[in-house]
Amino acid sequence: MKLVMAVIKPFKLDEVREALTGIGLEGMTVTEVKGYGRQKGHTEIYRGAEYAVNFLPKVKIEVVVAKADADKAVEAIASAAKTGQIGDGKIFVTPVEQTMRIRTGETDADAL
Amino acid sequence: MMKKAVYVSWLAILSIAGLAAAVDPALAQEAAAEAAPVGISAASKFVFNTFLFLVTGFLVMWMAAGFTMLEVGMVRTKNVAMQCTKNIGLYSIAGLMFWVVGYNLMYDGVDGGFLGSFLPKVIPEPSQDTGDYAAASDWFFQMVFCATAASIVSGTLAERIKLWPFLIFVAVLCGFIYPIQGAWKWGAGWLDNLGFLDFAGSTIVHSTGGWAALVGALIVGARAGKYGPGGAVNAIPGSSMPLATLGTFILWLGWFGFNGGSQLALGSIEDASAVSRIFVNTNLAAAGGTVVAMLLAQLIYGKVDLTFALNGALAGLVSITAEPLTPSPLLAILIGGVGGVIVVLTVPLLDKLKIDDVVGAIPVHLIAGIWGTLAVPITNPAGSFVTQLIGIGAIGAFVVISSTVVWLALRLTTGVRPSLEQESNGLDMSEIGLEAYPEFGQGSQRV
Repeated sequence: MKLVMAVIKPFKLDEVREALTGIGLEGMTVTEVKGYGRQKGHTEIYRGAEYAVNFLPKVKIEVVVAKADADKAVEAIASAAKTGQIGDGKIFVTPVEQTMRIRTGETDADAL
Repeated sequence: MMKKAVYVSWLAILSIAGLAAAVDPALAQEAAAEAAPVGISAASKFVFNTFLFLVTGFLVMWMAAGFTMLEVGMVRTKNVAMQCTKNIGLYSIAGLMFWVVGYNLMYDGVDGGFLGSFLPKVIPEPSQDTGDYAAASDWFFQMVFCATAASIVSGTLAERIKLWPFLIFVAVLCGFIYPIQGAWKWGAGWLDNLGFLDFAGSTIVHSTGGWAALVGALIVGARAGKYGPGGAVNAIPGSSMPLATLGTFILWLGWFGFNGGSQLALGSIEDASAVSRIFVNTNLAAAGGTVVAMLLAQLIYGKVDLTFALNGALAGLVSITAEPLTPSPLLAILIGGVGGVIVVLTVPLLDKLKIDDVVGAIPVHLIAGIWGTLAVPITNPAGSFVTQLIGIGAIGAFVVISSTVVWLALRLTTGVRPSLEQESNGLDMSEIGLEAYPEFGQGSQRV
């Protein structure tokens, strides 16, 4: 199993969800987060004084998939979340050792 | 079905409007003029004048709510409850002090001099009331003006002053500083004899509050983190733009009372017409100040700054306050528009001087107040620039010196600032042990 974690632009969340549903995935976890990348945030002007917005709002999604589905999921997220502009985000994939569905006690692939 | 019903009701509204337009307004006015007596009776005059004082007085009272909401919107979440506490406290203390000593100090037997008497205001039995208006209505109307001057100080010194020292300053301001300088003009004192003109208080109310705020800002110092090394100015955005906007609209509404009521009479056709013209000029000046501030911010910064637009409206209002009656509509717009310029240019200037004015009260009330007072002779032939300058200078010097004494005395005795840690945690918790929005958690603290 793999954990696919992506940090994306908030307004792309619905499209990413549709794309993942489209390839048959049945759940995700979403968190509102803040962060910065190579642009290091940006500056705004308030009452004539500049201030830095060091952390930009992003949405983090987490999906656990079967090993065979990981590439498909990454591809779906990447194509749905892409605008081509700076700040589109990143996708990380890490191995997952164990999964359990709490209600039934099912484990691993059955629990996804 | 729904659509049809809406359509029918629109038809009904249109036809009513058509009917109303069909009645010739000139004919209706002529009929009224014939029915009215040539002069109005003394009793009617008394009633109308009193009515003006009461209604415009409670409009000005409502400005206390406007100041509160404006200030609350411009401070960080961690200082919101404190700002509310300061405002309800200052309005009440102003009312008490203006009864105990303020009113008579300002109005009782000034007689061309410098101050009145140190006695509480006597409110007559209704059967014994004499003059052109109810004595109590006059006290009420003048009291709410005094409270306005105190509100101005509160905004500038937000987020870094202890509660009780601030309220003690308010008590001295409302009981002594404001009434004494007010006596010079409105109490028929020496500035009045000289021919100084200030219709509704650009100098007497707004600049007075502004000077006291400026001295306070210098003595209390800037908020921690506002100014960095090397001349860096750090913006500290306010917590609620909707509340700041609501506050500005409330102040704008209250200003019709502030300026309109300062006609001080409604008992004749001329007075009623004057009050109406004042409403028009007041609104035009505020609109001019807003639009100019928006355009200038767009030109200089490439975007409209909402808080400049809000300040621009208020600066327009302050600018027209010294003379809202004699300007033509176009001149009212221009006088208010200069207020908008003042805001956009002097807010960053104060920051360069490291004078931390959280809500922009110094540009809006002090600088636009000076401008409005200087603008009086442009439209009012009874005014002179020299006399206006004497009034501005004399009142400014008196308020600066007396405020300096009071602020320094407070700094040396009670202290005026919370500790750095208390300020950093927010005055809501450190001063009054209460969060404005407890369910939101530490809302104002960014990651």
